[in-house]
Amino acid sequence: MRGESLGTGRATWRRIGVPALSHSVLLAGSLSMLFPFVWMLATSLKPVDETLLWPPRLLPINWTVANYPVVLNAAPFVRYFLNSVVVSVGSMLTVIATSLIAGFIFGKYRFPGKKFLFTVILASAMFPFETYMIPLYLTMKSLGWINTYPGIAAPYLIMSFGIFLMRQHIAHSIPDELIDAARVDGASELKIFIRVIVPLCASPIGALGILAFIQAWAAFIWPLLMATTRNMYLMELGLSTFQFRYTADYHLLSAASVLSTVPMLIAFIILRRRIIESVALTGLKG
Amino acid sequence: MAEPSAAPWVPNGTTLADRICGLLRINRLTLAKYRFCYLGLVPVFVIYWILRLEPIGRTFILSFYDWHLVRPIKPFVGLANYQELLRDENFLLALKNTTLFAVFVVGISVILGLALAVLLAGQLRFTPAYQAIYFLPVITPMVPMAIAWKWIFDARYGILNYALSWFGVRPIGWLTSPDVAMWAIIIMSVWKVLGYNMVLLLVGLKSIPAVYYEAASIDGAAGWAMFRRITLPLLKPILLFVVVISTINAYNVFTQVYVMTQGSQAAPGAPLRVLVFDIYQNGFQFFKMGYASAEAVVLTLIVLALTLIQLRVIRMDGE
Repeated sequence: MRGESLGTGRATWRRIGVPALSHSVLLAGSLSMLFPFVWMLATSLKPVDETLLWPPRLLPINWTVANYPVVLNAAPFVRYFLNSVVVSVGSMLTVIATSLIAGFIFGKYRFPGKKFLFTVILASAMFPFETYMIPLYLTMKSLGWINTYPGIAAPYLIMSFGIFLMRQHIAHSIPDELIDAARVDGASELKIFIRVIVPLCASPIGALGILAFIQAWAAFIWPLLMATTRNMYLMELGLSTFQFRYTADYHLLSAASVLSTVPMLIAFIILRRRIIESVALTGLKG
Repeated sequence: MAEPSAAPWVPNGTTLADRICGLLRINRLTLAKYRFCYLGLVPVFVIYWILRLEPIGRTFILSFYDWHLVRPIKPFVGLANYQELLRDENFLLALKNTTLFAVFVVGISVILGLALAVLLAGQLRFTPAYQAIYFLPVITPMVPMAIAWKWIFDARYGILNYALSWFGVRPIGWLTSPDVAMWAIIIMSVWKVLGYNMVLLLVGLKSIPAVYYEAASIDGAAGWAMFRRITLPLLKPILLFVVVISTINAYNVFTQVYVMTQGSQAAPGAPLRVLVFDIYQNGFQFFKMGYASAEAVVLTLIVLALTLIQLRVIRMDGE
């Protein structure tokens, strides 16, 4: 009798108690994850005097969007945004192209030196970018690429992980018979690559594209070194210099921060699942 | 099949291709494949060489020179840069700060991430929504979020100090002294990477086959014992991966430190010295690029050591 009631008590605890407890922990965590976003948005919609209230209020008393035009007039954020798009898209396309061709060759061919070359590519990814940016800067200087798009995008044009990802995909999910059949039909290796391989890589191309785009968009220290005039600043760099000019004007800083966050947030809401998969299953570094 | 093999004894190979085939004892199809492979890899390796391989090598070389950007004479100095590093208070401080930062950020974010992943692995409702929310900071760019946190940490009007005042805590100058700024940046960074660790560990938890849990529960294991005996050992490879990746990332911390603690004329900050900041300052503000390269080599060795430990442990597990 006693054991039975204990049993049902435990069952109820399992069915209701545990999930309720889990949800309250997760919910509290979610609130702290979201709070900085909410606070940033709320601050951006306040007139200046309301940012200096004590005690602070979460929501504005007099809602205003006036901070946004002020920000857009104070710094060329549209230009920063377009620069970021150019560099991120350029990086994305180059990473996809180099990863596809190298992934195909490493995945489906045997040739002298293959193992060595593949090891070099993977091993080079063990060195964080920050450790070799000085010589890279000197190279860019001698090429005359300082303050140019290719110079700013340079470190983000290749990704060892991308080559690895494509190699795994092509080696394991594209059957050799398909390639041999095309060869019998007289297709050259290049034609096989373009007509047979690339169309079958849509899914890893998507994942890799997202990864490369995010990585280039988040770049900070390299654009800080490379972009010497304001018209070449990327969003992140532009925002940080804006911050140094308007140190204490949090109504303006928040509006600028919202502006630079919104494009990524929209992309995240649309591609949520794909983004989580590609970033999480892979690791951002490459 | 395309072509019969052109054997080396075939006299007077008509074309250059035939001769090469003969010389290497391969058929023409294989030759075409080789040509495609090498020609395809040439552009990739040219880019790799210029953008990565050569700079990695040159970092080591530069570190042995007194290489100043604007001085014409750049003498070889052997290990002098490294000897100087050992006496350089800024560098030692940076090394200490970065290590502390890495230990705390990785420790806190991995333990919290694991706890959250365990909660979510219990087939809870709304799991995708939770995942998305915790992942949001991972995906948003660093600079706006650093600004948002700087505002939260504001000493005079910051909402964090206000919340703490309910508990009788007096206002804290979060970003005005380097010691406290360290904690502010640790909190911010944990917030930023927590979702990443959580999602990765959740993937690891879900890949543990249910039979292990069933077998263990028949043996009477439950709760903490189950977690310690079954979950942790089976999760070890991915746990290790998460720890190493997070540690490497933590050692390269720069952006949030730069944005949150770099002073400007209106508000002098107390810069929290971290390794990448020190490299940046020596290399690109003082133009001592040889010296900065020596620092970069130290950072490289730390990161390589971490990576090798990981490879080692994974290999030992495999055996």
